[in-house]
Amino acid sequence: MKLELGFIKISDIQFSKECKVENGTLYVDPEAVKAFMYEDDDVKAWVKDFSFDVAKPGESVRITPVKDVIEPRVKVEGPGGEFPGVISKVDTVGSGKTNVLRGMAVVTAGKIVGFQEGIIDMSGPGADYTPFSKLNNFVVVAEPVDNYQEHKHEYEHAVRIAGLRAATFIGELGRNVTPDETKEFETYGIKEGIEKFPNLPRVAYVHMLQSQGLLHDTYVYGVDAKRSLTTILNPTETMDGAIISGNCVSACDKNTTYHHQNNPVVADLFEQHGKTLNYVCNIITNENVYLADKQRSSDWTAKLCRLLDLDGAIVSQEGFGNPDTDLIMNTKKIEQVGVKTTIITDEYAGQDGKSQSLADADPLADAVVTGGNANEVIILPAMDKVIGTLDYVDKIAGGHAGSLREDGSIEAELQVITGATNEMGFNCLSAR
Amino acid sequence: MSFKVVHYINQFFANIGGEEMAHVAPELRDGIVGPGLAFQQAWKGEAEITKTVVCGDSYFAEHEKEAKAQILEWVKAENPDLFLAGPAFNAGRYGYACATICKAVQDELGVKVLTGMYEENPGADLKNSILIVSTANSAAGMRKAAPAMAKLAMKVMKGEKLGASVEDGYMNQSVRVNFFDKERGSKRAVKMLLSKLADKPFTTEYPMPSFDRVAPNPAIKDLSKATIALCTSGGIVPKGNPDHIESSSASHYGEYSLAGVNELTEATYETAHGGYDPVYANADPNRVLPVDVMRDLEREGKIGKLHETFYTTVGNGTSVANAKKFAAEYAQKLLKAGVHAVIMTST
Repeated sequence: MKLELGFIKISDIQFSKECKVENGTLYVDPEAVKAFMYEDDDVKAWVKDFSFDVAKPGESVRITPVKDVIEPRVKVEGPGGEFPGVISKVDTVGSGKTNVLRGMAVVTAGKIVGFQEGIIDMSGPGADYTPFSKLNNFVVVAEPVDNYQEHKHEYEHAVRIAGLRAATFIGELGRNVTPDETKEFETYGIKEGIEKFPNLPRVAYVHMLQSQGLLHDTYVYGVDAKRSLTTILNPTETMDGAIISGNCVSACDKNTTYHHQNNPVVADLFEQHGKTLNYVCNIITNENVYLADKQRSSDWTAKLCRLLDLDGAIVSQEGFGNPDTDLIMNTKKIEQVGVKTTIITDEYAGQDGKSQSLADADPLADAVVTGGNANEVIILPAMDKVIGTLDYVDKIAGGHAGSLREDGSIEAELQVITGATNEMGFNCLSAR
Repeated sequence: MSFKVVHYINQFFANIGGEEMAHVAPELRDGIVGPGLAFQQAWKGEAEITKTVVCGDSYFAEHEKEAKAQILEWVKAENPDLFLAGPAFNAGRYGYACATICKAVQDELGVKVLTGMYEENPGADLKNSILIVSTANSAAGMRKAAPAMAKLAMKVMKGEKLGASVEDGYMNQSVRVNFFDKERGSKRAVKMLLSKLADKPFTTEYPMPSFDRVAPNPAIKDLSKATIALCTSGGIVPKGNPDHIESSSASHYGEYSLAGVNELTEATYETAHGGYDPVYANADPNRVLPVDVMRDLEREGKIGKLHETFYTTVGNGTSVANAKKFAAEYAQKLLKAGVHAVIMTST
C-alpha cells in the first residue's frame, strides 16, 4: 500500500472572513468552523458554545485544560477521507494522496470532565517538554451545556467530534494548494516484501492502544479498541488518520490524535525501510483492565508476530501502571516466540526518582527506551495569557492542592504537560 | 580566587612503589603529586590542588580507622572546596580506599567529594552515596579519565546542578534523572532494535529490576498433622513494640511467642506499620495476624497445630534486600522447628 503525503507549510494563522491557505498562512473564519462543528447533532446537543483563539510559538500563552491535538489534513486522491468511521465513511485509508497542513494543529480545550487533561505552554520551561509549543495552534475552547455533569460521556464525546470536525474543515482548505514537499511511503505484501528485501530483518511495530475505559478509549476506524482483538494495519493507514485519540489518561503519556497521525515509530521505521530492515506492518493491540483480556490480547500479539515470521518488533505503550502489565506480557511473549523486541515506555519513579519505575518487569524486556520520569516536579512560571481556564490545575493528574500558586505560576509533576513523556518516542526526553 | 582541592592517591601513583610499598602510612604533601597535574591543567587556574594525601593501599585496608582519622584531620585543617580521590581504575584496594575516604570526608566534614574508578571495582559499591566517575579498567585510561573527572569536579565545586549520569559521566546513583537526549525516543528504539537484531552490543535505558519469583512448594497432603506458622509484613507486634521495628523501611524483624495466646487483643498487640490506616488492625490485630482463626482450626483438628512463634516486620518502604535477608534467616528457624507451612499475610 502506497501513500503520498503532501506537506503544506503553515507558519501563521489569521482570523479572516475568507477561509484559505495562502503563502504559508491559514486564513480562517471561526464562525465558519463553528457552523461546521454544529452540523453534528451530538455537538449541537452537548456543547453550548465555542470560543476560538490562536497560540503561536514563543508567546507567553498557556493553554489548559487540553483535551486533544489534531493535525488538519485532506484526502486529495484515492479512497477514504479524514478520520474514517468517525468523520468520513469507513473506507480503508492509507493509499492515494493526502495533503497535510504542517506546522499547525487544532487544540481542543475547555471545561474538564476527567482529571486527565493537560497543559501546553507556548514559551518558558514548560514549552521544552511539549512538542505542541512549536506549532501554530488553532484553539477551540468548548463550553458545555448547563446540565453536562449528568451527561459527562456525551459531552466528552461531543468535544472529541468537534475537534475532529474543526480539523477536517481546516484541512479541506489545503485541497487545492500545491504542497511545499511530498513524500511517498509504501509497504508490501508478505511475499512481495520477502522477495524485495530477502536479506533484511523483518520488523513490525506493536502499537499498544489505551483502552482502560478512562471515560473513553482509542478508536480505530471508529471501533473502540477495547472491543477489538489484536489485529494488523498497514503503517500508512495509521499515518492517514485511521486511529484517533479518545481516551483520558494522564496528559504526559496520552497519545493525542496528532501523535497517531505523526506516529514517530512509523516514521523512523519507514526511514530505515528497505535499507536496514523490512518494515512489515503495524500490529495494534489494546490495554484492557481484565486479566483475561490482557492474556488474550498479548497471546494474539505474539501469535501474529510468529505468524508473520518477524525478526524484530518495536513495542510502544500508552499510559502507565496497569498497562505496564500489558507491556511486559506482550514483550515477554513476543520474545518467547523468538522475535526480538525493543520497547518504549515512560517512568513513574517518584518525585525523588528513587522508586521502581514500572509496575511490572521481566528480564526478557532487556531493550528499553524511556520517555522520562513523569513524576519529576517542574515549576511553570505565570503566562501573560491563558486560553481555557486555570480552574483545574490543582486537580489534573500530576497536580496537587496548591499547584496553582498565587502569582499564577504552577508547581506540578511533568505529568500535567501534554505529550511530555510520550511513549511512542515522540520527544528527546529520557532518563537514567 | 581559585577553588582549593585536596587530592588522595596511593603509593603507586605517588611513585613510592608497587605492592611492596603498599604498607606505607598516610603522608601529607604540599601541592601536586603524580596524576594531580592532569587535573590542575584541565582546570586552567580555576582550581588548585593545595595538598596531596598519599596512603599505601594495604595500610588503608588494614588500619582503616587510624588512616581515616588522620586523613580527616588533615582535610579538616585544609578545608578544601573539593576532596578528590584517584582515579583507581580496577585496583580493588585502591578503589575501596578512594570510595571509603571520600564517603568519610563527605559525611563527617561536609566537604564535596569526587572519585573515579572502573565500574566493577569493589569501591564502586558506594556509588549511591558518593559521586564516582566511571573510568577504564587500567591506568592506560588516565588520558580520558582525568579530563572527565576534572570537568565534573569543576561543576561540583561551582555548585551547578548535575545532569543525568550519562550526561555528566558519573555512575548511576539508583536515582532516575530526566535529561534531553540528542535523538528522539523512536529513533533510539529503532537503533537499539537494529543492534539487537545484529547481535551487537546495546545499552537499555532502563535496566529491569529483577523480581524474585518463587514457585510455591507442593501442597500439604494432610493438614491435620501439619504445624503451621504465621508470619506477616503487616507490622503486628506486642503492645509497645518492644524491639522498635521501624514504621517504615524496617531494619529488622521481630520474633514473638504465641504460647498460651488464644487471640490477639487491642490490649496486648498493635501494628507498627506506618503505611496503612492502623485503626482496624489495632482494634483487632487478628485481622492482620489471624491467631483466632488458627486456634479454631487447631481445636477443630483441621490443622495439627499453630507454631508457637510468629515472625513479623513492616513492609512499608522496606527494601527488597532487607526483606530477603530477614526471611532467609527466619526460614531456617522455621525449618529447624519442624514447621510444615507458613501463612504470610501482607497489608
